[in-house]
Amino acid sequence: MSEEGVNPRRRRLLVITSGLGIVGAAFAATPFVLSMMPSARAKAAGAPVEVDISKLVPGQLLTVEWRGKPVWILRRTPEMLKSLSADTKVLADPKSEVTDQQPSYAQNEARSLKPEYLVLVGICTHLGCAPAQRLQAGAVSGLGDEWPGGFFCPCHGSTFDLAGRVYKNVPAPTNLVVPPYSYLTNTRIIIGVDQKGAA
Amino acid sequence: MQKLLAWIDDRFPLTKVWEEHLAKYYAPRNFNFWYYFGSLALLMLVMQIVTGIFLTMHYKPDTGLAFASVEYIMRDVDWGWLLRYMHSVGASFFFIVVYLHMFRALLYGSHRQPRELIWLVGMLIFVALMAESFMGYLLPWGNMSYWGAQVILSLFDAIPLVGPILAEWMRGDFVVSDATLNRFFAFHVIAVPLILAALVFVHIVALHKVGSNNPDGVEIKKKKGPDGIPLDGIPFHPYYTVKDIVGIVVFLMLFSAVIFFAPELWGWFLEPDNFVPANNLLTPPEIVPLWYFTPYYSILRANTYAFFGIEAKLWGVIFMGLAIVFFFFLPWLDRSPVKSIRYRGWMYKTALAIFVVAFLTLGYLGTQPAAGPNLIIAQVCTVLYFAFFVLMPWYTKIDKTEPVPERVTTK
Repeated sequence: MSEEGVNPRRRRLLVITSGLGIVGAAFAATPFVLSMMPSARAKAAGAPVEVDISKLVPGQLLTVEWRGKPVWILRRTPEMLKSLSADTKVLADPKSEVTDQQPSYAQNEARSLKPEYLVLVGICTHLGCAPAQRLQAGAVSGLGDEWPGGFFCPCHGSTFDLAGRVYKNVPAPTNLVVPPYSYLTNTRIIIGVDQKGAA
Repeated sequence: MQKLLAWIDDRFPLTKVWEEHLAKYYAPRNFNFWYYFGSLALLMLVMQIVTGIFLTMHYKPDTGLAFASVEYIMRDVDWGWLLRYMHSVGASFFFIVVYLHMFRALLYGSHRQPRELIWLVGMLIFVALMAESFMGYLLPWGNMSYWGAQVILSLFDAIPLVGPILAEWMRGDFVVSDATLNRFFAFHVIAVPLILAALVFVHIVALHKVGSNNPDGVEIKKKKGPDGIPLDGIPFHPYYTVKDIVGIVVFLMLFSAVIFFAPELWGWFLEPDNFVPANNLLTPPEIVPLWYFTPYYSILRANTYAFFGIEAKLWGVIFMGLAIVFFFFLPWLDRSPVKSIRYRGWMYKTALAIFVVAFLTLGYLGTQPAAGPNLIIAQVCTVLYFAFFVLMPWYTKIDKTEPVPERVTTK
């Protein structure tokens, strides 16, 4: 393309109008792009879920649905709780230092508000499969004699302990997610609402 | 009739287009078996569009209705089973044809100068085709549909910073849901097919500008007769239209055999877990994509190490992306002075053979659990896969080649 005979004023006007045209196109594209975000209805369907936990016996796991995801509520037995501090060297993040994976009030060894009740999103942090429950310790769970109880993802073999903490050298990079939740009474919890006074 | 044609030609270049692209488009006279797959790919595109249109008349893109509407097509719609099987088997055959079409390029150097743009557009077609089939697979709303989409969309979560928002934007929800199904339907039936049709048009226009390559990798335009027609060229119509029709007839025999006798092909074309409706609380015991994605799925799962401060999962996603991106650079990675494998030395032949074996092995391993020896084999094959591309500038340059003949050869 030759520059010869190009009127600089016309060139300048062309650059300005093209530039404005691109800006205009970006503005015009915005509603189309944003229309694909979760709708008001999808957000409303993500409303908090209340769960009655009075009927859970020790060692029992209850699955409820929150925002279309499975959420587990596990009432841990004293033995299960004891297993959490047994051997933390095999865990990738025993102290829950990756802060995105749980609210600050669950950043403790049991990863819960009350150690007895564990609340977890039942979706593997690797590729989103649903891990299977292998709650019993030992060979009963089919994961060897050393298995202290926990969760096992059948898709790619990731393992988690009874606080949803991920083991070392498995595909899943982080601990299972603890959703925001709080206690309404001693036997009712609400999933999706943070504990009062906590950020 | 002549008057009508003249009337049209004054208003639309009908005769000109006919001659330029068919009757006076000169193709090399030495095309062989591998040159069937271009026209077969076009046939499959038309087949998928036509069967797709008729399926759309009965299918319902709603999580409450989708699974049942597919069963309704299979059981209650007259000939619905045939339309559905033609479409689902067609998807797999489309990929078989496209993979062989791409392999032809690797054999005879069809991606080399001056055909780089044909190759790049072809790669874009391949990527669009993968998007098309991935989104189409969600539509029956079976359990494998659901969890496959869940796994692939959560790959975007691994992208730093923007990943989670991006994944939410693509799903239109916090998980794969009705919003996701509805938009996948929109993309699958109109957006991507339009893009595909446009890309195929550009692919063919670019091909007809430079002319087809051939099994000898000789440029036929270099030797022209006194009439300006390449000495080794024959008009595409009727010579290759007739040849391609023979290919289409044989192809349709195989296609029909699968449709009528083994439409699910023992789980390879339609997976057993997809005959169960989607359940967001229950994962199938093993999430496996359809066979045409399994080589890339294997590469995705192969890396289990974190290095350079990037976690293993993100590396897996990066490797899977690179496995496809490398293909785009093939025309510039290949430094051999000859195009066709007929005149290349043992190094390229060996490299291509290893690549094909690694690709097929990865494909098989993608359908198996990733643990123990399988994982190690997948890791080795992933390394071989990338070595084919990364080392290509080196081994194609030092490889011994044979002299290329002046004219094309026929046996």
